[in-house]
Amino acid sequence: MGVEQKLGNLGVVTFKLEQVINWSRANAMWPMLFGLACCAVEMMAAQASDYDLSRFGMELMRASPRQSDLMIVAGRVSRKMAPVVRQLYDQMPDPKWVIAMGDCASCGGVFNNYAIVQGVDEVVPVDVYVAGCPPRPEALIHGIMTLHEKVRGEKLKDWA
Amino acid sequence: MTTIDKAIAQLQERFQAQPCGFCGDFGLLIGREHIVEAAQLLRDEYGFDMLADITASDYWPELQPRFHVVYNFSSLEHITRLCLRVPVNDDDPQIHTVEGVYASANWFEREIWDMFGIHFEGHSDLRRLLMPRDWEGHPLRKDFPLGYEEPQFTFNFDDIARRKPRAEKGQG
Amino acid sequence: MFPSYEVPLDEFRHLVSERAVTGETVLLNMGPQHPSTHGVLRLLLELDGETVINCIPDIGFLHTGVEKNMESKRYEQAEVMTDRLDYMNTIGNNLPYCLAIEKLGELDVPPRAQAIRVILVELQRLSSHLVWLGTHALDLAAMSTFLYCFREREMIIDIMEMCSGQRMMTTFIRPGGLWRDVPDEFEISVRRFIRYLPGRISQYESMLTKNPIFLDRTRHIGVISGEDAIRWGLTGPVLRGSGRNYDIRKAYPYSGYEQYEFEIPTASEGDVYARYQVRMAEMHQSIRIIQQALDKLPIGAVRSNNRKFVPPPRAEIGVSMEALIHHFKLWTEGFSLPKGAVYMPVESPRGELGVYLESSGGNKPQRVHYRAPSFAAIQALPILAKGHLMADLIAIIGSIDIVLGDSDR
Repeated sequence: MGVEQKLGNLGVVTFKLEQVINWSRANAMWPMLFGLACCAVEMMAAQASDYDLSRFGMELMRASPRQSDLMIVAGRVSRKMAPVVRQLYDQMPDPKWVIAMGDCASCGGVFNNYAIVQGVDEVVPVDVYVAGCPPRPEALIHGIMTLHEKVRGEKLKDWA
Repeated sequence: MTTIDKAIAQLQERFQAQPCGFCGDFGLLIGREHIVEAAQLLRDEYGFDMLADITASDYWPELQPRFHVVYNFSSLEHITRLCLRVPVNDDDPQIHTVEGVYASANWFEREIWDMFGIHFEGHSDLRRLLMPRDWEGHPLRKDFPLGYEEPQFTFNFDDIARRKPRAEKGQG
Repeated sequence: MFPSYEVPLDEFRHLVSERAVTGETVLLNMGPQHPSTHGVLRLLLELDGETVINCIPDIGFLHTGVEKNMESKRYEQAEVMTDRLDYMNTIGNNLPYCLAIEKLGELDVPPRAQAIRVILVELQRLSSHLVWLGTHALDLAAMSTFLYCFREREMIIDIMEMCSGQRMMTTFIRPGGLWRDVPDEFEISVRRFIRYLPGRISQYESMLTKNPIFLDRTRHIGVISGEDAIRWGLTGPVLRGSGRNYDIRKAYPYSGYEQYEFEIPTASEGDVYARYQVRMAEMHQSIRIIQQALDKLPIGAVRSNNRKFVPPPRAEIGVSMEALIHHFKLWTEGFSLPKGAVYMPVESPRGELGVYLESSGGNKPQRVHYRAPSFAAIQALPILAKGHLMADLIAIIGSIDIVLGDSDR
C-alpha cells in the first residue's frame, strides 16, 4: 500500500482491492463455537488468558453458524455427528474456512474404528490441519496464522 | 454374619445362585427368570439401594451362553457391593427389565440393547442410545467388525485415496 | 452424501405429553451444537411458553467405540485410549484402569508411587473443578471468572507437563506405579501452587457466593432429594449436595487415601447452589490432601519390580539375560492377566467412575467397561428440569457437571 500526502494533512492510501479485502477478512475472522471433545478444552484455553486469541481479532466465538466465518473442528467427529457438521458448514455464509484441529479431526487420530469419521475432510473441505493430541494453544495459533497467510494470498474470484 | 454373607446365603437358597468360576469374590450366577425378584430382595431386605451399573460381556464363539449380563449393586449404608451375572443364550437373547425396581436401569439397559442386541421385556423406551437411529448391527458383539481403516503408506497411498470419500468445496 | 437428520414425532411420542401432539406446547431442539451444553448433547424440549414440561436427552454424538477398540489392543496400548474418555479428568481415568490391572494381576505398588498418584489425581480434580466453575459462571453471564479459572488451570497444566511432557493426555499412571519419577522441581512447584490457590478460591467465592444475581439464578433450582438421587444412580457432588455423604475415597479407600485426613463436604438443599458450595469446599479439601501427601512423601522406587509386568531399566538390559528376555516379551507380546473379572471404583470429580475389567487369560482384555458418572447424570436430567424455565435449564446442566466424552465413551 502506498501513502501519499495531498491537500495538507490528509493522507491518501492506494492499494489493490484484493489486498484490502483479504486483509480485513484475515484480521476479523470470527470462529464458530464448535468444540466437540478434548481439543475444545485447549481451544478454550487458547481463547482465555495466557494465550489470547483476541489479539488476532477473534474476540468472540459466535454460537450461530450464520454469523461466523471460521469453523475450528476441535475434537473427534463420530458417525452420528457427521451430518450435523455438514449441515452447520452449509449454514455458514461464504467466505468460510475450516481448520481441522487435532489428530482426530485430521485423520481419525487414535481411534481407528466403526464410530469415528477418519478425518473430517471426508465431510467438509479443510484448509489447515493442526496436528497434536491435543495441540498446544501455540500450535493452534500457528495454524490460525497459517490460515491468515493463506487468506492473504487468495484471489477475489475464489469467493465471487 | 455380615449383610453381604446373609444376602449371598439367601440368594443361593432361594434362586439357586452359584458362585461364578472365574470371578473370585465378584459375582453370583443367577438364572434370568429370577433376576427381578433377586433385585427386589436385595433392595428391600438388604439395603442395596443403588444399582451402580449394568454391563454385558460377549463370549462368542461360545453360543450357550453367549452373553453374561452383569448387574452391579451397591449399598451406601453398609458400604458393600454385590454383583449378579445372568447368562443369556444366543438363540433367545431376552431378559425382563429391572426398571421397576431401580430407576437408573433405564439407560443402562438401552445401552446394552444398542451395543449387544439383548432385548429387555417390559422396558418403557427401548431405542438406540449411542449409535445413530438407523444403524444396523450391534457394535460390541464380537462378530461385529471393528471397522478398522487401513493406514495409508507410500505403497498403497493412491489406492486408498481413490476409495476414501473426500468433500470438495462447493458441494452439497 | 449423508441421510438428512430428522426424527419423526412417532418415535418419541410415548415420551412427550398429549399437548405436544395437538400443538399446544412447542417442541424445541436444543441441538448438539450449542454454547451452553458443555459438549455435544442434544435435548428435545417440550415447552409451554418458557416452562420446560419435558426434556428428552439424546446422546451418542461423541460415541468413540473405545470399549471395542480396547478389546483389540494389548493392555498397555489400551491404556492410552483411556485418557481421552473423560477429558477433564485425564489422569483420573488412568488410575482405575491401572488399579484393576493391579488387582487382577496381584501387582504391588510402592508407597512413593501411591503418594504421587494421590497428588496428581487431586491436582486433576482441582483443574476439573476450576473449569467447571469457569464454564458454569460463563453460562450464568459472569465472564471474568472464566478467564481467572483458566489462568489457574494453566499452572496445574504446567506441573503435568513438567512430569510427563504432555499437557493433558499424560498416561503417567501405569500398571505397577508411575511411568517415571517426578523431577526435582515438582515438589517446589506444587507447594508454591497450593500456597497461592486458597487466596484465589476465596476471591472467586467473594465474587459469586453472596452475589444476589447468582443466588437468584441458583437457589431452589433443580432440586433433587437424597433418595431420588440414589434411585437414579447419581453419585459425587450431586449426591453430596442432597445430603448423603458418600465418597468412594472414604468408603472403599484406594491408593493410600486412608492415611490422609480430609472431610467430605455436604449440603442439604439439593439445588444448584448446594452443588456449587459442595464443589468449592471440595477444592479446599483437595488442597489439604495434597499438603499432607507432600509432607509425608516417602522416598523409594516409583514402579513395581515385577518384571512380568514392568519393563526393566535400560541399564540392566546390558548386563542381565533375564532383563533382556523380559524386555523382549513385554515389547512383543505384552503381559497377560489371569482369567477373572474385577470392578474398581474411584471418585472422579463427577462421581463414581468405575472400571469393569474382564480378562480371559490372554494379553488383550476380554471386556473393558467404564461406568461413567455423567451417563447417570444425563439420565436424571428430565427429573431435575421439570417445571423450570429454559434459562434455569442452563444452570442445571452446568451444575451436574457433565462431560460428554465420559458418558458417550
